[in-house]
This record gives sequence, structure tokens and C-alpha cells, in this order.
Amino acid sequence: MTTQSSTEYEKYYVPEKSKLAVCATIGLILSTFGAASVMNDMTFGDGATTGSWGIFWFGLFFFSATLFGWFRMAIKENLAGLNSAQLKKSYVLGMFWFIFSEVMFFLAFFGALFYVRTLVGPWLAGEGEGGRMNHLLWEGFEYQWPMPLTPQEAVGGVANQPIANMGTFQSYEKSMAFSEAAAWYLWLPLWNTIVLLSSSFTVHIAHMGLLDGNKRKFNIWLGVTVALGMLFVALQALEYYEAYAHFGLTLNSGIYGSTFFMLTGFHGFHVIMGMTMLLIQWLRSVRGGHFTADDHFGFEASSWYWHFVDVVWVFLFLFIYIL
Amino acid sequence: MGDHHHGPAKGLSRWLFTTNHKDIGTMYLWFSFSMFILGGAFAMIIRAELFQPGMQLVNPAFFNQMTTLHGLVMVFGAIMPSFVGLANWMIPMMIGAPDMALPRMNNWSFWILPPAFLILASTLFMEGGAPNFGWTFYAPLSTTYAPPSVTYFIFSIHVLGLSSIMGSINIIATVMNMRAPGMTYMKMPLFVWTWLITAFLLVAVMPVLAGAVTMMLMDIHFGTSFFSAAGGGDPVLFQHIFWFFGHPEVYIIILPAFGVVSQIIPTFARKPLFGYDSMVYATAAIAFLSFIVWAHHMYTVGMPVAGELFFMYATMLIAVPTGVKVFNWVTTMWRGAMTFETPMLFCMGFLVLFTIGGFTGLMLSIAPADFQYHDSYFVVAHFHYVMVAGAVFSMSAAVYYWLPKWCGRMYNETMGKTHFWISFVGFNITFFPQHFVGLAGMPRRIPDYALQFADFNMMSSIGAFIYGASQILFLYNVIATIVAGKPTSEAKTWEGAEGLEWTVATPAPYHTFETPPQVR
Repeated sequence: MTTQSSTEYEKYYVPEKSKLAVCATIGLILSTFGAASVMNDMTFGDGATTGSWGIFWFGLFFFSATLFGWFRMAIKENLAGLNSAQLKKSYVLGMFWFIFSEVMFFLAFFGALFYVRTLVGPWLAGEGEGGRMNHLLWEGFEYQWPMPLTPQEAVGGVANQPIANMGTFQSYEKSMAFSEAAAWYLWLPLWNTIVLLSSSFTVHIAHMGLLDGNKRKFNIWLGVTVALGMLFVALQALEYYEAYAHFGLTLNSGIYGSTFFMLTGFHGFHVIMGMTMLLIQWLRSVRGGHFTADDHFGFEASSWYWHFVDVVWVFLFLFIYIL
Repeated sequence: MGDHHHGPAKGLSRWLFTTNHKDIGTMYLWFSFSMFILGGAFAMIIRAELFQPGMQLVNPAFFNQMTTLHGLVMVFGAIMPSFVGLANWMIPMMIGAPDMALPRMNNWSFWILPPAFLILASTLFMEGGAPNFGWTFYAPLSTTYAPPSVTYFIFSIHVLGLSSIMGSINIIATVMNMRAPGMTYMKMPLFVWTWLITAFLLVAVMPVLAGAVTMMLMDIHFGTSFFSAAGGGDPVLFQHIFWFFGHPEVYIIILPAFGVVSQIIPTFARKPLFGYDSMVYATAAIAFLSFIVWAHHMYTVGMPVAGELFFMYATMLIAVPTGVKVFNWVTTMWRGAMTFETPMLFCMGFLVLFTIGGFTGLMLSIAPADFQYHDSYFVVAHFHYVMVAGAVFSMSAAVYYWLPKWCGRMYNETMGKTHFWISFVGFNITFFPQHFVGLAGMPRRIPDYALQFADFNMMSSIGAFIYGASQILFLYNVIATIVAGKPTSEAKTWEGAEGLEWTVATPAPYHTFETPPQVR
């Protein structure tokens, strides 16, 4: 940003009127309104949700279609040579700060995890200045992580609870901790880590190939990356199935279940997003012949996103599964 | 391709499909003003109920919905979008850019706001009523005890957050990437600087707010226990996450106001801003400190003493860079050739009243004293001094200051000054007495109060009606200017004004700086 030549400034492409924003708004608002209605029908209503689902799906479809058109237009503009070096830098900055905002989103959930583990748990069990809570409210609760017994269970269920709350929290029979795995090679999180970390390497190899102008290498290694991403999602689905079917570990399993599923769930959702992004770049390269050694921002942005998802997993592995 | 020497399109499609930063800025400004009127109407209901002790007009449940919606609409609907509108209009013109960096996303950031607020306002007509848990929506009020409309509230917060994040990313990309040759960072107008730092704060904390409402959503509908001790969570966790967002949020609101004041005072003092560099560093310091002071909103929640002390001292530190700013504004005026047109009057009002709000903030930062002030009307008085006399006054100043540039017509100076004086007097009648009732122990967010508070509350209500009425005058003055104001074509409306926006024609053409100017 220190050296600025005036040639960069000659043509900054400002698009003409565009219907994209309004269409995206319609899709976004309908899908969020629909989602809220579905949830309220289920929690507060009689459970009949047909109309709300319709609004949600229509909105989501409309939104996805608009985004598809939006990115298609951005790609076309680039291929038509409208994007100056300066404009490309706007996209780079946009992607960087978008990823930064995603980091902050995960930070909220990690923060919740740390707060609960270092402060709330011990307080509920009678430690420190918050200790009277244990005697007055949660007599008999002892803290350990993972949490095999929720405070509610410790006092003997909702009926014996001195304060109100929503619902019942039944702890798991078996947690995801390494110590509870039958054998190290049967511990899924380890395989997930191996798969996801390798995919970060393969996407880097693909990038190196592209920079060398070797499109074949790029296509192969990007394809491998997408395949590894799919494998990860499949393994994660298997883990969730195990948790619900055999471990008794659900969203209702107290704060351990809450943090476990929310952190891994949002991570998994981001993996699916990143994988979709990479898949589209792969299709663009294989079918459309897009990308050259010096013009491949669509791929580069997706790969940054992929590395970000990978880094989040490293923290998840450390703080959810190991420690 | 790339040839854009044309004016705006005709009709509604101009506004719906526009990619022009000036159009989008205008839409933001009008939208925020309409939200200001809506939030103001809620405030009038609150003050009408509090005119006398006893239950007068509305029932307590509805009163709670009014305090909640008043706060939400004013913070997220009025103040924040108004400054985003100003950023859209002014930043490209101030740095010599042809437009915002990402024009289509810019349009999207705006257009998701009105429907999100439509959903939020529609909760008033839903079964169980609108959200009634205060704009801070503490769990478990907002989870275990919330009305069903909370789900719509959560999703509208998500959409508002998305709008803010996209708007901020756009501003960051514009400032970092679109400056004209020679416009180095330390030559940028201070309004651009304060917005760059504000945008950084927004990108950092809006996702945390999204996380907080997502946890609420999961607790309410899907059986998680983030904010429920029965499952091992903690309602206080909500307060920590909320205020990790909420404290930077108050600087998100006030930093652009600092920027506006730093543009206007030098113009009417006819002197360059005193201590430009220290202004920039002070803004950055405030932004940094805003991340480590959040728990001063929750001294009474039962934190360990070490926590109370840390947050107390960190909070007091903020007074230092803020003091630097106030000092610089005052010193800018020292021996200046001062005149007092309406924008300057509002900046004077800002300076005096914001400083009072800053001092009451310092009082509140003292943890042991806060145990008395907490959740009292003293807090209400404090944050209205910084939000209304800080943010809203500076926004009024900005409108009067740049309106001639925007529409090529001069506002009526007499009417502008009348607006200022009525606002200034009305504002102080409203909020100054609230310090006293607060110190005497009147709690906030209640529809009824002890008889000893009756006189001051009646004063407060009368002041609020005066202040409210003065905003109608503001609206009238702005519309009268746009429709029938005295035409002006001077590029430099104000004799002492500096900056690129005063080098373009008046009214500002639809496209400015299609080729960048050279900044010396």
C-alpha cells in the first residue's frame, strides 16, 4: 500500500445498476423468516410447520440461485478483463476481512467453552466466590470435564431443582475423549485430523502446480483435496451418528454436549462451505479451463478459506477432544 | 466498457438496483431518520407513561416492549445506519475514489436492513408481544422467560449483523485500496480514519453478537444449556459475550461522531485541526481499550475482586485518549476566527455535553461506586449524554454541514439554529434531572416509581416532548432545503472548509473522481 502507481487507478470498474442485491435480499429475508417460523411452530405452536418450511426452502433456493448468478457475473467480468489490479485487490481485502469475521465468530464459541471450563464448572461445584451456589442450588454437584453428570441430574432432576430452566439435561454415557476410546485407531477424531490436515497440504500442492503453470497437477491435487474434504464430512457424520446412537451424547447433554456439537457443528458447516467452494473451483478448472498462473483469485480465496477451516480444526482437536 | 458518464436512472429502479455510493448513502440516511422517528415515538410513549407516578397509559408488559424496542431501533436502526450512510456519501469523496470498493455488495448491505426492521417491528403484533427483555437481552429473560417473538428478534439481529459486517468490509477495502495517489494514511481526513477503525471494530464484534444470539436460539429451541446452570452453563456467560460485543459497540457509535466533529470544528475555527497525529493514535487507543473493558457493565454480577479491579482500571484508562481528543478540539478553537453556523453550534453542544457524559462514565467506572449507580436512572442519563448529545448531535451537525454539497441548496440558517437551541434545551431538561433521580435510587426500565421522583420525572417528560418536537423541525428544514432551499453552486460552501469533497462541483455530480485526483 505504500507504492502506488497512477496506472493502477485508470479504470476502476464500477458496475452498472444490478438486480443482484435485491434478489439476494428477498432470498435471505424469506429464508430467515421461514426458519424462525419453523422453529416457533415446533417449540411454541402445535408442530404444524408445512407453510413455514415452504417459505424457508423457497427463500434458500432463491438465495442460492442469486449467489450463483452473482459469482458467475463476477467471474465473467474478470474474464472480460474489466478487473484492474486495483479491483482485484479489493476482492483480496474483502476475502481477508470476511475470514477475520469468521474467526471472531468461532472465538465467541471458544470463549464460551473456556469460560465454562475454567470458571463456571468449579463455581457450580462450590469453589471460590461463587461457591454458595453449590450449597443453595446444586447440592452434590461435582465438577469434572467432560461432565458426566449435569447439575440438574446431581440434584435429582427438574423436580428437585430450585430454579426454573428450559428442558431436561441428561448427560452422556460416553464422551468423545481419547480416554474413552476402545483403541487409538478406533478414535475417529484422530482420523479426522489426519484427513483434514492432509487436505491442507494437498490444496497447497495444487496451488504450487498452478503457479508453475501445470494445470494437470493442479486439477489432480485439487480433486484430491475435495475428496478428502468429503471424507472428513462423512467421518464427522459417522461420529455424530455414533454420539446419538451409541454414546447417548446429544445437544441435550448439558454444557459438554452443547459446546461439543456447536463447535464441531459450525466447523463442519464451514468445511461443507469450503469444500463446495473448492469443488466449484475444480469444476471451473476442469470444465471451463479457468485459472492461469497469475490470475486465479477464485481458487486462492477458496484455499485461504480452506486453511482457515483447518486451523479452526486444530484448535477444536486440542480443546474439544484432547484437553 | 467502463465509460460511465451518465446520470442516475429514473424511477424506483434507481434506488432498488443502484450501485452508486451517493444513492446508497442517501437511502441509509433516510432509512435511519425514519427509524429515528420510530424509536423516538417509542421514547415518547415511555416518557408519557413516566409523566406521573402510577400506571397511566400502558400496561407494564407493553412498557417493557417499548424500552426494548426503543433501544434496539435507536442503536441498530437509527445511529449505526446514519453513520454508514455518511460514510457512503463522504469517504469516496474524501479520499478521491470513484465509488466504494464493492458497489453491488454495498447495495445489498443496505437493502437487507429495511426488511429486518420490518420483521423486528412486526413482533409488536405477534402473540405474546414484542421482545420485552431490554435491548441488552440478558439470559434467562431472553431465553427461559422470553415471548415466542424472540426467534424473529434473533434472526433480525443476524441480518443486521450481516449488513454491518458487509458494510464494514466495504469501508475497509475502500479506505485501504481506493485512496487517490498521494493520499497517504496520515493525510486522510479524520472522518475517514475514525470510520476505518470503526469498521475494524464492527468486523471484530458483530460475529460475536451473532454467536451470542445463536446460543440463545439453540437454548430456546434445541435443548442446549449455554445459559442454563442446570446443564452446567451460566447466564452470566451471556453477559460476558454480549458485552464483549456491546462495549466496542458504543465506540462503533461514537467514533464516527468524533470524526465528524474533527471535520467541522477546524472549518468554523478557520484553523487546521490541532494534533492530527495524536487524534489518530487516540482513536486507535480507544478502539484497542474497548476490547478489554467489557465487564464494567456487570460489576454487580458477582465477579471475583481481581476481575472488578482489572476492568475498573482498564476502563479509567480510556479517559486518557478521550481527554486527548477533547483537548485537541478545544485547542483547535483557541484563537481561531470562530463563527457559529448551525453545524458548529451542534459541535459545541456535542463538546460540552459529551464531556459531561464522559465524566459520568468515569464515575460509573469506579467499581465500588457503581454498586450504587448500577441499573439506575444515572446510567440512563449517562448513556443518553453520549448517545444523543454525542452521536445524534454530531449527526445533525454533519447533515447541516454537508447538505449544501449533497443537494446544491442552502438550508435556512435561522431554522437550523432554532433546531439546535430547542434540541439543546430540550435534551438537557430531559436528561439532566435523570442524574438526580438515579443517584437517589430510581431504577431504570420501570413503568412506575416512588412519589419522591415525581417532579424530576415530569420535567424529564416535558423535556423529551420538546426534544422530540425539535426533530420534526429538523425533518421540515431538511425537506424544505431539498425542495426549495436557496440554490448554491459554490464548490466550497464554507469558507474555512478543507478536503477533497469541497473541490468537486456543488451539488456533487452523480459520479465523482472517475480518474483520481493527485493529492500533494
